[in-house]
Amino acid sequence: MTKKTDPRTAEPDAELDICDVVCPMTFVKAKVALDDLEVGQILAIRLNDGEPTENVPRSLKEDGHRVLKLTDNRDGTYRLLVKKAPDYF
Amino acid sequence: MSLTDRQLERYSRQIILKEIGPRGQKALLSARVLIIGAGGLGSPAAMYLAAAGVGTLGLTDGDAVDLTNLQRQILHATPDLGRPKTESALETLAALNPDVKVITNSVKASAENILELISGYDFIIDGTDNFSAKFLINDACVIGKKPFTHAGILRFSGQLMTYVPGAGPCYRCLFVAPPPPDTVPTCRQAGVIGALAGVIGCLEAMEAIKYLTGTGSLLTGSLLTYDALKTEFRKIAVPIRHNCAVCGKEPTIKTPTDYESAQCDVKF
Ligand SMILES: [Zn+2]
Repeated sequence: MTKKTDPRTAEPDAELDICDVVCPMTFVKAKVALDDLEVGQILAIRLNDGEPTENVPRSLKEDGHRVLKLTDNRDGTYRLLVKKAPDYF
Repeated sequence: MSLTDRQLERYSRQIILKEIGPRGQKALLSARVLIIGAGGLGSPAAMYLAAAGVGTLGLTDGDAVDLTNLQRQILHATPDLGRPKTESALETLAALNPDVKVITNSVKASAENILELISGYDFIIDGTDNFSAKFLINDACVIGKKPFTHAGILRFSGQLMTYVPGAGPCYRCLFVAPPPPDTVPTCRQAGVIGALAGVIGCLEAMEAIKYLTGTGSLLTGSLLTYDALKTEFRKIAVPIRHNCAVCGKEPTIKTPTDYESAQCDVKF
């Protein structure tokens, strides 16, 4: 396993905005962005409130990634921090 | 290679699968699959592989489309009657997915051309309808060290098996030699249900996709049989035959051979 990450201080290695797409492209784009990262690196995702904030974190967890934090940007969007899991399958 | 937004969208439903993902999609897009026979089995196999984004699809078939084909050969349609099957197939696949490069060969696979036909491909699909072609493809794939999926359909039943070099038995380990001509009906004489070709052809496409993406386990070392009337699938273990004439320890078959096929002069 990789080192422990403190969600309060975690700094993202890459940023992704999926506010302009809808399901299933939200999840697809998040997967592709994570695929480009190294294991243990952190992706920050900006996503819309509602369906995306409900489903994207859950689907990423099902893939084995670690959801570190979901914060309200107070503009109808959220910021999600995800840590890339050792392997997909 | 990075996937375009259009590709992410087109293949989204399979990229989402954790067993495929962006990596599996890239593997499919850079893969080369040869389908021998653009008929009942080759049609669904080719269409699903093209739809899935297999980057290069080779199609080999020397026949022209005739009316009796249309009951099951879904690559071809009524306006294609009389056209070479490869030409009609190319149009169907190009319309389905422009990402796919289709390479056609309007020839019958034979002992003379088979090794050259399969060279350069990552995976071969047997979509032929006679024993001589099935043995020819098996021997060529064993000799040329190519993985392939064998399939056969007749009346209401079908069978399927995958060969991977060094990973299990070949078709000849199971059936030592082709049956003598005229002892076995070809599908022309015996009839076949179109949807059966669809079921078995799709299973062949599935084997290719799993092989190319390194996902799941293949039908190596077992034969899958399907009885459509009873709706029964059975998986039968097939052992390696150590004295197999082509894949055994001391092979006697070192080049592909043409076998005489059952002749059928009845045209339906
Ligand atoms: Zn063998």
